[in-house]
Amino acid sequence: MTEAVTRRAAMLGAGATAGSLLFAGSGAKAQGKPSELRVGITTFLSGSASVFGVPAKQAAELLFEEVNKAGGIGGVPLRPIFVDEAPGTDHLVGEFRRLVQNEGVQLIFASISSGSCLACTPLSDEMKKTTVLWDCGTQRIFEEGQHPYAFRTQGYGTPEVLAPLLYLLKHKPDFRTLAVINQDYAWGRDSWELWKSAMDVLKPGVRVVAEMFPRFGATDYSTEVTRLLAARPDVILSTSWGGDLVTLLRQSAERRLFDRSTFVLPVCEPSLPILGRTMAAGHIIGTRGDHWNNHPSPKDPARLKRFVDAYRAKYNEYPIYPCHHMAQAISATQAAYAKAIAAKGGGWPNDAELAAAFRGLTFDTPTSSITLREDGQGLEDQIVGISSFNTQYPFAVPKDMILFPAAMVSTPVGRKSVDWLKSLTPDFLSQIPAPIAG
Amino acid sequence: MGTWFAENSLLLGLALLDGLANAALVFMVAVGLNLVFGVLRIVNVAHGSLFAIGAYTAASIGLFFAARGLPPWMGYVALVLAAVAIGAVLGPLIERLLLRRIYGHEDVLQLLVTFALFMILEDVQKLVWGVQPVSQDAPLRFLGTVDIPFGEDVIPFTAYQLFVLPGIALVTLLGLAWFLRRTLTGRVIVAVTTDKEAATAMGIDAARITLLTFSFGAGLAALGGALASPTLALVPGIGAQTIVLSFAVVATAGLGQIEGAALTALLIGLGRSIAVYFAPEFEVVVPYLIMVAVLLVRPQGLFGVIETRRV
Repeated sequence: MTEAVTRRAAMLGAGATAGSLLFAGSGAKAQGKPSELRVGITTFLSGSASVFGVPAKQAAELLFEEVNKAGGIGGVPLRPIFVDEAPGTDHLVGEFRRLVQNEGVQLIFASISSGSCLACTPLSDEMKKTTVLWDCGTQRIFEEGQHPYAFRTQGYGTPEVLAPLLYLLKHKPDFRTLAVINQDYAWGRDSWELWKSAMDVLKPGVRVVAEMFPRFGATDYSTEVTRLLAARPDVILSTSWGGDLVTLLRQSAERRLFDRSTFVLPVCEPSLPILGRTMAAGHIIGTRGDHWNNHPSPKDPARLKRFVDAYRAKYNEYPIYPCHHMAQAISATQAAYAKAIAAKGGGWPNDAELAAAFRGLTFDTPTSSITLREDGQGLEDQIVGISSFNTQYPFAVPKDMILFPAAMVSTPVGRKSVDWLKSLTPDFLSQIPAPIAG
Repeated sequence: MGTWFAENSLLLGLALLDGLANAALVFMVAVGLNLVFGVLRIVNVAHGSLFAIGAYTAASIGLFFAARGLPPWMGYVALVLAAVAIGAVLGPLIERLLLRRIYGHEDVLQLLVTFALFMILEDVQKLVWGVQPVSQDAPLRFLGTVDIPFGEDVIPFTAYQLFVLPGIALVTLLGLAWFLRRTLTGRVIVAVTTDKEAATAMGIDAARITLLTFSFGAGLAALGGALASPTLALVPGIGAQTIVLSFAVVATAGLGQIEGAALTALLIGLGRSIAVYFAPEFEVVVPYLIMVAVLLVRPQGLFGVIETRRV
């Protein structure tokens, strides 16, 4: 309805309207309270990454429904508009423009793929549309440019790789050899570069006995497993995820590779429910943040339990980290609107005012609080632990967890991750906190 | 060179074992595609979907059996049931309802129709099985592992990988060769492949043969998926991964050539395994390097024959 009136008005007063739009710019326009708050959400709805994208979409639907039942944001109900990012960045760029220009979204949540985020952030600059980077991990976004309308409401690649490395150095400091097996795409390569940059300075002299980057979506790892069995590295790093990781770990378990080497798996949490008892105990596991469903001391235990229970009740599965990341994006949006509306004395914020509210924002999650730095990057703590089994879960969960404060493992503002990691010294290890009790 | 082989002979031995299992899986999928093309002259993009659905069906039946407390060897029954079900149900449905309408049409139309079918079946998979990885490894665990000596060490291989996959691929190759050359139905299929018009003129029911062949090819694709299912995690997109590799095998082998598919699968399987050990960066491109090398020398493929263009 709002859209139809706008079009008609634009047609009737074409000259004047076009002129005012041209010179005023969308960021400075006065905005009345809309009848609904439209949120464009880009996620993988198809292809192999839909193992993350579809659960995140489910979480969004669950939480939007909850928010709307509670009166929406500032009395305005939310409406998500989902877009599949699987067709690629060219398609996504067109969809981003369509969401802003045709659908009239007030903000956009983008994306799972780092490539998608790298394509969307320049558009957020150009169209002056607040864009919440809700899941992608590339460190390049805020290290290679400034994006006044883009904000990442969770951690990113550098802390997600550094924290498991620090855990390994604490847990198994005497390892001498290491092999890496990552997916052959940007994250697989970038995460290895980050890991190696830090490992070379924090523990010089580790011999890398195998560097393997199998095809993304590979359906068989038997040859790679054989090579790892023959090489007998002390440690095997894999930042793989999804079906690739499940296949790798199943084939490793069947051939007793878990008995020979210690695995470090920074992104394995979503695969653990699928692996069940196939996953071995005693290996280092991460979840791209601090949002383990069995977090021993969450900031708001009742809220965490409510979310996990509601998700399980509706979808008959445990929420995985993309679900938590989606929840964080929604929490940040609620907090930013509340801040912007308060700053405007109850008025509805325009695009520039909304973006201003996001900058420096601190918002609560079920497990902690996240602050968005001045560059737009969220500071999310990292929890890494050792895979173990208990009676509560039918799959591996972490024990002996260490919570790495975000500020400790995140690249300082204005520095490049690889340069910063290379500047660390072994003294840095003294900052590693003790395991969380519980 | 001799020194290099001496130093790496143990690793080459391991690569050979891995390569055989890899080749077996590649062959099982590609041979169905090759057979279908030979008779129907249609490049079936949806072949990858049949592989995926075969894998998902086998896993589902296996999980159903496991949930009912049936013995682990029933996992092998699940693999066969899945292949038969896809070949007997989905194969005839696709051939009768869709492909029959586009025989003799332009290649681009055939590609578009089978690609559309591929897209539809991809969504069907998501509707039925969801997007989270599906796993069922009872057949693998049932046979356990075999320790292969490696210097003073041992390397555990699954018996499934060492014996079952290459064994079934070999039986399929020999069985197909026997079927096509020694049985009446097989000879009729070869006749239709060689010259459909002449075969029809001699009273052969070409429509029945195409239906039979496509269903059989669909069953082979499903069997390939079923055999792969115990070792991999099934996720959306595995059909697309499979079809690309299968096309490379078919093009290298020569369209419609069974033995060519076997030899090509062996080359690709061994090539990829050796690459993983000695040049992992090239593992992904090995199938395509082999394809380019073969097609540069023999544009009709390893076993392909140059056809006279019919005016």
